[in-house]
Amino acid sequence: MALPRIPLGDGVEIAVDWVESHFGGLLDLLSSVLGALVGGLKDLLLFLPPLAMALVIALFVWKVSRRKLKLAAGTLISLLLIESMQLWSLSMETLALVISSTLVALVIGIPVGILCSRSDGANSMITPILDLMQTMPSFVYLIPAVIFFGLGNVPGIIATVVFAMPPTIRLTNLGIRQVPRDLVEVAEAFGSTPRQKLLKVQLPLAMPTIMAGVNQCIMLSLSMVVIAAMIGARGLGYQVLVGIQRVDIGTGFEAGLAIVIIAMVLDRITRSLTRG
Amino acid sequence: MISEGENIKVSVRNLSMIFGDRPREALRHLEEGLTKDEIFEGTGQIVGVYNASFDVAEGEIFVLMGLSGSGKSTLLRCINRLFEPSAGEVAIDGENVLEMTPQRLREVRRTKLGMVFQNFALLPHRTIIENVAYGLEVRGVPKGERLAKAAEVLRLVGLEGHEESFPPQLSGGMQQRVGLARGLASDPDILLMDEAFSALDPLIRREMQDELLDLQDKVNKTIIFVSHDLDEALHIGDRIALMKDGAIIQIGTGEEILTSPADEYVAKFVAGVNMAKVLTAEGVMKRADPVIFADSTPEAALKRMRKRKKSFAFVTSRKEEFLGIIREEEARGAAEIGERIEDVLVLDAPAVSPETPVTELISLVAGSPHPLPVVNDHKILVGMINHVALLDALTPGVAENGVA
Repeated sequence: MALPRIPLGDGVEIAVDWVESHFGGLLDLLSSVLGALVGGLKDLLLFLPPLAMALVIALFVWKVSRRKLKLAAGTLISLLLIESMQLWSLSMETLALVISSTLVALVIGIPVGILCSRSDGANSMITPILDLMQTMPSFVYLIPAVIFFGLGNVPGIIATVVFAMPPTIRLTNLGIRQVPRDLVEVAEAFGSTPRQKLLKVQLPLAMPTIMAGVNQCIMLSLSMVVIAAMIGARGLGYQVLVGIQRVDIGTGFEAGLAIVIIAMVLDRITRSLTRG
Repeated sequence: MISEGENIKVSVRNLSMIFGDRPREALRHLEEGLTKDEIFEGTGQIVGVYNASFDVAEGEIFVLMGLSGSGKSTLLRCINRLFEPSAGEVAIDGENVLEMTPQRLREVRRTKLGMVFQNFALLPHRTIIENVAYGLEVRGVPKGERLAKAAEVLRLVGLEGHEESFPPQLSGGMQQRVGLARGLASDPDILLMDEAFSALDPLIRREMQDELLDLQDKVNKTIIFVSHDLDEALHIGDRIALMKDGAIIQIGTGEEILTSPADEYVAKFVAGVNMAKVLTAEGVMKRADPVIFADSTPEAALKRMRKRKKSFAFVTSRKEEFLGIIREEEARGAAEIGERIEDVLVLDAPAVSPETPVTELISLVAGSPHPLPVVNDHKILVGMINHVALLDALTPGVAENGVA
């Protein structure tokens, strides 16, 4: 006996159509804001010549890592390797995409995480959505992203935000819930308003956990912007895609290596910030 | 309970607190006479406090005492509504706390209620002075003013010079002084102290109790103090409420509880604690003072003795192993002819172990020109016994025998 087929897929299609026809203006606005964000960041990162920019980034690493000379030197050498592979411009575009996606994910994710930590109801509603966002194969997000935003960097960012946001929400929620009970009681017993309790006690104490979420968010963004090349996002991901299409191991490997370098630099920076 | 004419600061009436989602059902079972355990098995509701009533007068130190799980900390938290009571009344200066709006409750917490926590609960990301100023900060007191006030309170608890340290840099005793200072900083009328000294070493705990009493002479707060330690309750409490399974079984002065326990449970509680803890050297000893290291000079020893107004000093190694006692005359002689401390040490000074009963200590202290050093199994100097320590220890003993 065959079960009747429930047309879930058709429903999703209808919903997507409906959103597009009713919120077209909003989607366009979102698209132009995100486009401007990525474009601006990319111009900023390419403002200095590659060697100078590599030096600036290495100096920044040196500063946030509390003057670890080896780490800064390693950063500089790795970045120079990118330039020597002639992948600098593409790398900066990827970096611009990662930073944009991460910013959007944090701007949405941290407040939602705070909401989850304060309300068990919100938490139990949002948790399954996060599970869905994290386990749904990431290629699936690409389809509605293309329908709503066409091809290019913007749908890439949208898909990346969806994929990279869950750890930010989860770890913000966890960090706040893990603040020791007696410290929360201190805030209450001395007459703090809910906002004072959050800003003066809970968020500062949750900060290391929240920063771990930020780190995760950046790493996931980086892995997703590569996949997003399939819907026209530029940068190193596109180069990897070219490598695959032409079965050109050299091109693919070099672009892959550049991605690894960017990942490591970003990871060291956020880790240093967490400890600070 | 309270004599006429005294100003009642805090009044608690028929207060009950049930943890769980069906408090009414649990309360009904309590009225039917079911026990805490039966209610938990039957309904899954946990009885925190049941039908507690008491009044605390202005300037009084009122101790809520009981074993862990007896509901004393829960009851304390109902007074400032950190926990929402399930039934009953709490009034501060005649105003019903349970009917206050959130704004009014915050106002009362900011101005009338200070709180001191068991494990200090200092905010690790803030300096000592910022911790102390927290209550003033949330009240909106300008920065300069609140830091000045916090510095003043830190001086009061003897912590000047540590303003810019962070909590983990301080010892337990010092951290709890910060906790106390924080509780006092907004100059509240009422101080709620939840097992405030329980996390401290026995010696430091006694010191803090004495300091609290000294401080109370200066600031004259109404203090509600939660403790599981009978010695502590007897030492600091004007009156004690003894709790068991969420209910108060007896309220009275220490003397009343010792001499006429309300029931067998109280009698057992009182007997057990006294025999085991109070009546040994460990229970009554004071911090050894003055102490000098064997490798310092006789001049330094003399200086220390003069400063402490004593004519002797305990001498230990750098590892605090007890070596002997040095007396003023010998130290002066040694200083004149350039001898070292080791040359003039009284090596056979009598020492006692922490387990020595008080009864044996009396004759030893009487026959000794200086306090007796208390030395543990590892030869470490852990304290000293002098006349004052013995007299302190004997006071509750006298009360227990009904002589006082």
